[in-house]
Amino acid sequence: MIDAENITYVIGGKHILANVHASFEAGRITAILGPNGAGKSTLLKCLTGAINPTEGRVLIDGRELGEYTLDELARCRAVLSQATPISFPFTAHEIVAMGRNPYSNNESVARNSHIADEALKLVDAWHLRDRSFPTLSGGEQQRIQFARVITQIWETDGASLLLDEPTSALDLKHQHQLLDLVRDLCTARRLTVIIVMHDLNLAYHCTDNCYFIKEGRIEGGGASRDLLTPKKIAEIFDLPEKYAAQRFGVSLPG
Amino acid sequence: MRVRGWGPCWPSCWAGAALAVAIVIVLAGPISGFFGLYGLSFAAFAGALIACFLIFRLARLTGGFSVTYMLLTGIAINALAGAGVGVLTFLSDDQQLRTLTFWTMGSLGGALWPSVIVVSTIVIPASIILIRNARELNVLLLGENEAKYLGVDAERLKRTIVICTALSVGAAISVSGIIGFVGLVVPHLIRLTLGPDHRLLIPASALLGAILLLLADTLARTVVAPAEMPVGVLTSLIGGPFFLWLLIKQYSGRFGL
Repeated sequence: MIDAENITYVIGGKHILANVHASFEAGRITAILGPNGAGKSTLLKCLTGAINPTEGRVLIDGRELGEYTLDELARCRAVLSQATPISFPFTAHEIVAMGRNPYSNNESVARNSHIADEALKLVDAWHLRDRSFPTLSGGEQQRIQFARVITQIWETDGASLLLDEPTSALDLKHQHQLLDLVRDLCTARRLTVIIVMHDLNLAYHCTDNCYFIKEGRIEGGGASRDLLTPKKIAEIFDLPEKYAAQRFGVSLPG
Repeated sequence: MRVRGWGPCWPSCWAGAALAVAIVIVLAGPISGFFGLYGLSFAAFAGALIACFLIFRLARLTGGFSVTYMLLTGIAINALAGAGVGVLTFLSDDQQLRTLTFWTMGSLGGALWPSVIVVSTIVIPASIILIRNARELNVLLLGENEAKYLGVDAERLKRTIVICTALSVGAAISVSGIIGFVGLVVPHLIRLTLGPDHRLLIPASALLGAILLLLADTLARTVVAPAEMPVGVLTSLIGGPFFLWLLIKQYSGRFGL
C-alpha cells in the first residue's frame, strides 16, 4: 500500500506536480494515465524516492519513504524504469541475477541464479539466457529488465511493484503475457502494483484502478472500468468526443 | 552520471599526481627512507584525488555528466598540471631535473624492497576493498537510480571507488613514475575476452597488468642493452597504437568507454 499525500514538485519555477493526492492499494493494479509531459513519470519518481518532492510526502505501508533504509526498500519494492541503455556486454542472465542483489548476503549464489532462471522462463526469455544484453532488441531488453525486477521481490508478500511503461516496446503477445504475469503476482502475493502507461485499451482490460494526470494535477481517479469512458478520455487528451467514441466506444462502455 | 563517465577522469588523475610528485621532488628536497616514500605516495594520492574531484565538481556545475564535457575539462586540467610541472622543471637543479625526467618517463629501475613494501601496504588493502565492492559496481552499471532501487548506495560506492583507486594509483606511480597505457589497455582487453563482470575484471586486470608490465620491463632492459630504456616510453610506444585500435573497434562496435 502506497499513499501520496499532497505531492508538489517544482523545478525552475514550473509546477510539474501540484497537490497530488493518490492512494495505491495492495492486491490491486493501479494505472497512472495522461498525456505526454503531464507529470506521470515525475509522480512515479516521487513515489520511488528517486526525486524528493518539493512538498508533501510518500507513505509505504503507513511509514514515510525517508524512514526506510535503501536495503529495506530494495527488499520490499521493485521499480522498472523506462529503458536505460546498458553498453556493457553482460549476458541476459547476469542482468536478471542483479535483481537478487539485496539478498546476496543471505542467499547462496546458486539459489539466486536459479531464481533468475525461473524469472527468465516466466517472461518467455529462456532462449536469451546467454545472449549479450546490448545485442538484444528493445522488446527483448524490456522483458529481461522486467525479469530482473520480479526476482527482486520473488518471495516477498505485500511488496510493491512500480513499472514505468513496461510494455512500450513489446509486441501484442508479450504485452498480454507481461500484464497477465503482473496480475498473477499481484493476486498471489498481494502486491501493490503501479503502472504508468499510455495504452488506454490495455489499461481498461488489465488494471483495477486508475488515476488521470493532466498538467501536474490529478483529474479523476477510480475503478478503471468506470473511469475510462470516451467522454473522460476526450476531456483529458483534448480529443474531439466523436473521435474518442470511435476509437474507444467499441471496447469501452458509454 | 554513468560509470563510463569515469574514463575521461583517469588521465587527469595521473596529471594531478604527477604535479603533486613534482612539487615534492623539487620543493621538499631529497627523498629517502620509508617516510619519504610514504610522503611521495600520499602526495601522488592527494594530487590524483584533487584532479578527480575538480573534474567532478566542474561537471556538476553544468548539471550533467557528459563524457565530452568531462574529457574537455580533463584536457584543460592536464594542461594546467603540465604547466605546473614545467614551471617546477624550470626551477629545479640538475639532480632534481634528472629525478623528474626519469620519473615522468616511468621506470621500474628504482624497485627496491622498501618501495615494494610501501606500495603493497597501500595497494593490497585498497584492491581488497575494490574487489569487495565489485558486485555492487556491476549493479551500478544498470544506472544510478536502478542501483539505488537495488539497495546500492551509489554515492558511497562512488566515493569508495574513487578514493581506493586514487590511493593505488598514487602509491604505484610515486615509486615507478608514469608508466602509461597499461591501466588503460588492460581492463579493456579483459572486458573483451572475459566479459564485464567486475568480480573477475578487477583481479584479472591487476594480474594481467602486472604480467604485461614485467614483460615490457624485461624488454626495455634488454632491447637496447647495455643501455636501459625507460619502460614508460616502451609501454606508450606499444600502448598508444593499440589503444587507438581499441577505440576504433569500440566506436564501430558496441563497447562503452
